[in-house]
Amino acid sequence: MFKSVKTGLGLACVLAVMAGCSSTDTDDSASANQLDQTPPPVVEDTTTVEAPVALDNVVYFDFDQSLLKPSTRELLIKHADRMRGAAGTVRLEGHADELGTREYNLALGERRANAVRDFLVLQGVNAANLEVISYGEERPASEGSSESDRAMNRRVVIN
Amino acid sequence: MMKKTFSLLFATLISCALAVSARAQLVVEITDGNQDPTPIAVAPFDWSGTGVLPEDVSEIVAADLRRSGLFAPVPREDMLSFPKTPEEVSFRDWRVLGTEYVVTGRIQPQSGGYLLSFDLVNIFGQSKMFTKQVTGGPQQLRDIAHRAADEIYEAITGIRGAFGTQMIYVQETSRGGEPSYALMLSDIDGARARQIRRFSTPVMSPSWSPNGQEVAYVSFETGRPAIFRENIRTGARQQLTNFKGLNSSPTWSPDGTRLAMVLSKDGNPEIYVLDLRSGQFTRMTRHFSIDTEPNWMPDGKSLVFTSDRGGKPQIYQLTLATGQVDRLTFDGDYNARPRVSPDGKTLVMVHRSSGIFTIATMDIVSGRMRVLTETRLDESPSIAPNGAMLMYATKRGSKGILAAVSLDAGVKYSLPSQQGNVREPAWSPYFD
Repeated sequence: MFKSVKTGLGLACVLAVMAGCSSTDTDDSASANQLDQTPPPVVEDTTTVEAPVALDNVVYFDFDQSLLKPSTRELLIKHADRMRGAAGTVRLEGHADELGTREYNLALGERRANAVRDFLVLQGVNAANLEVISYGEERPASEGSSESDRAMNRRVVIN
Repeated sequence: MMKKTFSLLFATLISCALAVSARAQLVVEITDGNQDPTPIAVAPFDWSGTGVLPEDVSEIVAADLRRSGLFAPVPREDMLSFPKTPEEVSFRDWRVLGTEYVVTGRIQPQSGGYLLSFDLVNIFGQSKMFTKQVTGGPQQLRDIAHRAADEIYEAITGIRGAFGTQMIYVQETSRGGEPSYALMLSDIDGARARQIRRFSTPVMSPSWSPNGQEVAYVSFETGRPAIFRENIRTGARQQLTNFKGLNSSPTWSPDGTRLAMVLSKDGNPEIYVLDLRSGQFTRMTRHFSIDTEPNWMPDGKSLVFTSDRGGKPQIYQLTLATGQVDRLTFDGDYNARPRVSPDGKTLVMVHRSSGIFTIATMDIVSGRMRVLTETRLDESPSIAPNGAMLMYATKRGSKGILAAVSLDAGVKYSLPSQQGNVREPAWSPYFD
């Protein structure tokens, strides 16, 4: 979850920088070699009407379990509502905590992602638009070994 | 008075093909030894060439013997004399120290490399057991030492030594804040670690080909797990699978012609066998549960694997000719990732007891289980080709380290990495 939030922020920064470059060319190396012809800053309202409120894109599981929790189901129904109208493939990344063996956890991560996929398909999402991939315990969201770290790692990320 | 010369040309190819990274080295820490290790003195070897040798060969021999847990090498400072030949060994002096065996040796330059002549002397029997010779190239002093240790170990214990073997493991480091993964190859004592290949996505499940030339592994570099085989000597590489879903747990058959693996293209994880000559995949299990972590019995006729078909992960045996599946483990509620000893009599596995994941052995005939390790997150056991020890992965604090334990649990040592997390050790076969 930390990771995905971080990635999101990173993406936002990149987009912001790109937007800046295209209109004003404020890149350091470029301005160092040129006369300063930068126009005064202009504030633009970039709010779009359809901008969605970000849905939490991670769902969590109990140890050695792939059963969806009730709170997870509510969240997945909202995701399904959005996915039904949207085009493109959504990746469901299954993960496991560090307990147990690596290859078994790879299978467990897939089983969790499949549980999310099956639920979304039941909600009317086109199965062809859902891709399941498991990383097992190879990509933990939280590096520690406490039970709260492990709970953060037993997850499916909807991307 | 048998004389024997080993060719180490093979190992030369290995060290030439791969760059050495000193920082990546693992360092041995012995944590637990046998009750009654045999006292042995490895006297400093004589060097008849010029300059100083880049390695302390007799010290490497002593370290090998110490690491086996069966020997207590006499520290150099406790030796009353440094005999160079069996004739210089004073039986009375060594007997007073309680030393049972003395090793003497002489190294001389030979065609750009080295020749070691070494002798094993039995103090209480007052006899020379053997004199042997081993030769190697300029970069092979460590190989020469390991081969000498193998001979000494075998002469005294009757078990073939495995000090000259290697291991492959996974190392995870951080590069610019991003995780970086490498398949590493090192001597079995952790020395001379070098990178086989580096990845920006996870790599897992390295498995040696029985001839020691190739490694099969799982890489995520294509965006999903895929199985590759790679020649360790040449770097030549081939992607073997690209199925939807899991492509995992490759293990080579004892004759090297087949690869057992796990594919979930049918909807859930099933064991498959790939015939490497025909390229044909044969599905071996049909069950809605997780079937994974296959490993071959030494006769190549059956596989052991992990399945949760009984509700919890347990170990099962699959007879390839009939497809019959028999459950092997009944002790505890989590037994997984089995590996079979070279004689086919013992299983080693990851076993959970009271919430702790340990390495355990089980006698296949009697079903008797024994826990070997006492740490908390032990996994990925891999047995030496002589069946005397196994290497496994565990954690120290939050750091992944490698550790070894003898199959009788008598000796334990760890191999912490100086850099990053290490895991998934795969002990090599013999190279000849």
